[in-house]
Amino acid sequence: MSGLSSSYRAVRLAPRRNTVQRLLHRDSPLRRMDWVLLLCALALSLGSSLLVWSATRNRTDLNHGDPEYFLLRHLVNLLIGLALFGAVIAIGHLRLRTAVPFLYVLSLLVLLSVLTPLGATINGNRNWIVLGGGFSIQPSEFAKVTIILGMAVLLSARVDAGERETPDHRTVLQALILAAIPMGIIMMMPDLGSVMVMVVIVLGVLLASGAPNRWVVGLISAGVGGAVAVWRLKLLSQYQIDRFAAFANPALDPAGVGYNTNQARIAIGSGGLLGKGLFHGTQTTGQFVPEQQTDFIFTVAGEELGFVGAGLILLLLGVVMWRACRIARQAGDLYGTVVAAGVVSWFAFQAFENVGMTLGIMPVAGLPLPFVSYGGSSMFAVWIGIGLLQSVRMQRPLSA
Amino acid sequence: MSNIPETGRTRRVTIRLVVLQVLVLSLLATLGGRLWYLQIRNGQEYTAAASQNHIREVVEPAVRGEILDADGRVLAGNTTKLVVSVSRTALLQQKDGGKAVLARLAGVLGMSAQDVHDKVRLCNAQTPKPCWNGSPYQPIPVTTDATTQQAMQIMERREDFPGVTAQPTALRQYPAPSGANAAQVLGYLSPVTDEEVKNSQNRTGREKYQPADQIGRAGLESVYDDDLRGTTGVNRLEVDNLGRVIGSAGTTPAVPGNNVVTSIDSRVQSLVEKQLLGAMKDARKVWDTNSHSFYKADSGAAVVMDVHTGRIIAMASAPSYDPNLWVGGISAKDYRNLTEKKSNYPLLNRAIQGLSAPGSTFKVVSTSAAVQAGYSLNGHYLCSPAMVIGGRTFKNFEGESFGPITLEKALEVSCDTVFYGISYDQWLKDGGIKPKHPKDWFYKTAHQFGLGAKTGIDLPSEVAGRIPDRKWKQDYYNANHDAWCALKNSPKTDLATQIAKENCVDGYVMRAGDSVNYAIGQGDTLVTPIQMARVYSALANGGTLYQPALAKAVLGPDGKLVRDIKPVVNGRLPDSKQTLAYINQATAGVITEGTAAWKFTSAGWPQDKIQLHAKTGTAEVAGKQTTSWLDTYSDDYAVVMTISQGGTGSGGSGDAIRKIYEGLYGVKDGKVDPKLALLPKPQSSLPKFNPDGSAVVKTAYTTPADTFASPAGGALGGGFAGAAALPPYRNELWADPRQPRSLA
Repeated sequence: MSGLSSSYRAVRLAPRRNTVQRLLHRDSPLRRMDWVLLLCALALSLGSSLLVWSATRNRTDLNHGDPEYFLLRHLVNLLIGLALFGAVIAIGHLRLRTAVPFLYVLSLLVLLSVLTPLGATINGNRNWIVLGGGFSIQPSEFAKVTIILGMAVLLSARVDAGERETPDHRTVLQALILAAIPMGIIMMMPDLGSVMVMVVIVLGVLLASGAPNRWVVGLISAGVGGAVAVWRLKLLSQYQIDRFAAFANPALDPAGVGYNTNQARIAIGSGGLLGKGLFHGTQTTGQFVPEQQTDFIFTVAGEELGFVGAGLILLLLGVVMWRACRIARQAGDLYGTVVAAGVVSWFAFQAFENVGMTLGIMPVAGLPLPFVSYGGSSMFAVWIGIGLLQSVRMQRPLSA
Repeated sequence: MSNIPETGRTRRVTIRLVVLQVLVLSLLATLGGRLWYLQIRNGQEYTAAASQNHIREVVEPAVRGEILDADGRVLAGNTTKLVVSVSRTALLQQKDGGKAVLARLAGVLGMSAQDVHDKVRLCNAQTPKPCWNGSPYQPIPVTTDATTQQAMQIMERREDFPGVTAQPTALRQYPAPSGANAAQVLGYLSPVTDEEVKNSQNRTGREKYQPADQIGRAGLESVYDDDLRGTTGVNRLEVDNLGRVIGSAGTTPAVPGNNVVTSIDSRVQSLVEKQLLGAMKDARKVWDTNSHSFYKADSGAAVVMDVHTGRIIAMASAPSYDPNLWVGGISAKDYRNLTEKKSNYPLLNRAIQGLSAPGSTFKVVSTSAAVQAGYSLNGHYLCSPAMVIGGRTFKNFEGESFGPITLEKALEVSCDTVFYGISYDQWLKDGGIKPKHPKDWFYKTAHQFGLGAKTGIDLPSEVAGRIPDRKWKQDYYNANHDAWCALKNSPKTDLATQIAKENCVDGYVMRAGDSVNYAIGQGDTLVTPIQMARVYSALANGGTLYQPALAKAVLGPDGKLVRDIKPVVNGRLPDSKQTLAYINQATAGVITEGTAAWKFTSAGWPQDKIQLHAKTGTAEVAGKQTTSWLDTYSDDYAVVMTISQGGTGSGGSGDAIRKIYEGLYGVKDGKVDPKLALLPKPQSSLPKFNPDGSAVVKTAYTTPADTFASPAGGALGGGFAGAAALPPYRNELWADPRQPRSLA
């Protein structure tokens, strides 16, 4: 650990100036921030408020008679997310490292509390804690962050200390166990969507940590084998299988997932090149797509803003991923690399799964679209993720 | 940190990060490609799906036009009923497919759950009636006769009855004015099928069906359907996922249908129906010495025609039925009752579809044929008791004989042998069994009288009948040759086999027996009552064959004339004025001295004041009792009645037809009382209309039709479900005939 802090001495020992000068100085951490990443993430979050607004302004059953109810809350969520983002930058991912054991245990406790009477079931998944006053949190969103941080700390410790070039088998096993515990709890909720994302995070983290190939290959094989076993041993009920497969064949679950899939596809398909115009989508106004402000927010963009608007969202997401990958590649240490790669895996898979399900190429799972979907926990978590990326970026060696 | 690179990463990690980046960006590219595929490539398809998703077309049925009698009385109109309907789409959204809702509904309506279930199922090849034949997206009526209380129960507990509506709706109503049933003339409606809607889509205006349309399936309802139906309104509503209306995407208002004014006089119609039934009932009390049983009188028909226009004043067919059974969907039981063999097919309009040999009523045609062939009207012809022709003995009716008589007398007394003789003579002149340029006067004349062809009356499914001329014989031979010749070497010697053997050899040959039989309206000749009514109308009007017609005009809902329907002349009888006068004198003689005298002048008919003409007929039918025919005419009307297995012409229908004339002209106890006359002259003008479009019905004829409605032999035929059985409240319901209009 001591070796690590020494490599950042240059930053710490910058000459003392007043605050404004300090922030604008060439060596200032702000100048080293990835502004493209930030602006793209901000554009997504702000732009999505229009989509949330469009999806909910007629939902008198949800918006308590206030058409701007969800719009305002979405913006408040974004503000809180930005505050968390600022806090993460201020603390820095390196200093956060010491708090990771604490954060990890805390997130396990909160996850466990969801399974107690404190938890609430929404849409069939018991993964909510209702805080009262209309607020509730989804601890599984934060668990993604703690898994990334926890695994990164474990896997990078001996490498960054210069003891090894790659993590040893024992460390990899420890990291996997560390990830498996919260995943196991979330599986019991059951929130298969979040578990899927975590599996991808684990894979991404292992990849980036330089863990031996056999672990990566072994894990993928185990995943495939497990899926086959689940299928063969009929561990899933027929309804779960139908629900899973309905994205490809809506007729398997016509009243449930198939309905969603079908209506989402109609909404997006009918948008055409330029869309029907904000607030003018018939599918959106007619509330044909369930969960439209959260999991199916992309259909609003597809229908009302067309290929141009929905394509812009994909483009912005693409820029975010690209910048995040760049940060991972340019990180000064393995810890930073692994954290950034974990966040990339998280964002990329979640975005692919979410948009893919609205387009009918991925099974339907209750996952929000990062930055875009309405929902506090998700917004907070993704902005913490952006904070981690920026922190890695800002604390990279000057030479890079 | 000496053994690791400056960046803190091994080469393996760097490669893996590049792989990760490529993977991530290719996932996004996949999404972009799929987005393009959905929105640009297949965008149109989804645009259509979206508009289908959120636009609901609610059709507003047009109020159907009325069918009016000549005075504007409503024969087919509309009434407002509380209709309880069920939307299948809403039912299918229920967890149990709507079973619970239907069961609750059955409870409220006091019906069995099975009945309700049956009514809302969709028709297909396997489904027995009742079932819904219309569009599955249209609300399906479960009952058309809900009480206000039942409607309230349903509408107040909407959450218990998703998809169920109770609405006042204009329904077809056949109010039977003056008790006139006219079921087969009016026809009935049923919902348009999906296929018909599809097939009509490239048509325009009223010929294009909408899913909720009821269309005429028989009678005037069918022929004038495009006039009566009106244009269904379509309300295009934007709805949300729960079907709640969130906007309108345009409305096409409903246009009410036009009214059809007919020449029917409902009072005369009622009278004719009752007399036909009375005559049939009376016939069943008469002993038939041939079959040694009472006459069965299983069915009959009667027509009253305006001789100067060919318009139909009344047309009755028995057995009949209540056309209101079809309103709001016919029940399985009722449908069975109307179509099974036991019912004797009351849906048939026997006035235009009933076929039988004309018997002696054909002799007016034969007389004209004889004149055309050159036989003198002043000549005398032998009326012997029997004639032997071609080895067969042809007898006169009941072996009568009158010695040498004129054709006039031959018509009066209906002497068969006179016509046998002339026909045989002609057959020989035409070359006998080896015909050489035959003149065929008897067949030619029948065609000139409009027989063997449809009259073209404005009713569907009219039949043409048959004149068994040489061409028909040849066609018939060609069609049956193989069947006949199959019996060539059969050892059987029964009559049928013998005839088959003969026919196999020369079945195409017009034999002497054929010609002889034909001349008195027997043999293979088939005619319909409407054809005979036209023949006798032409005799009355100086020889003009009019196309029989029911409709006089099409009027707009406001009573303004849309289309006048003028009488159409189809042709002329071949007779000279002199011949016509001769025949008229002969047919008048039938009333005063001939075969019908006992039912007319002898029964007190004032022939000196109102001259009637008649010809009786008793047609023999193989394996059945004789068909009775009585064809009559005055200066204004031709009245024709026929009863299957009804006995002789005068015996079967004489009283009934006299009573019809008594009603028309107001004859009572041998005196003419114009105040009692229902219709001394056919109604020539169209009815007048009130500003609201309802007809001003004249009340000049104060005597109700029922004065004449009691035949001597007692009132009404048993088992008849029509006019007589209609409860009186139907007329009360019709107190405000325009009421449904206010709904539109």
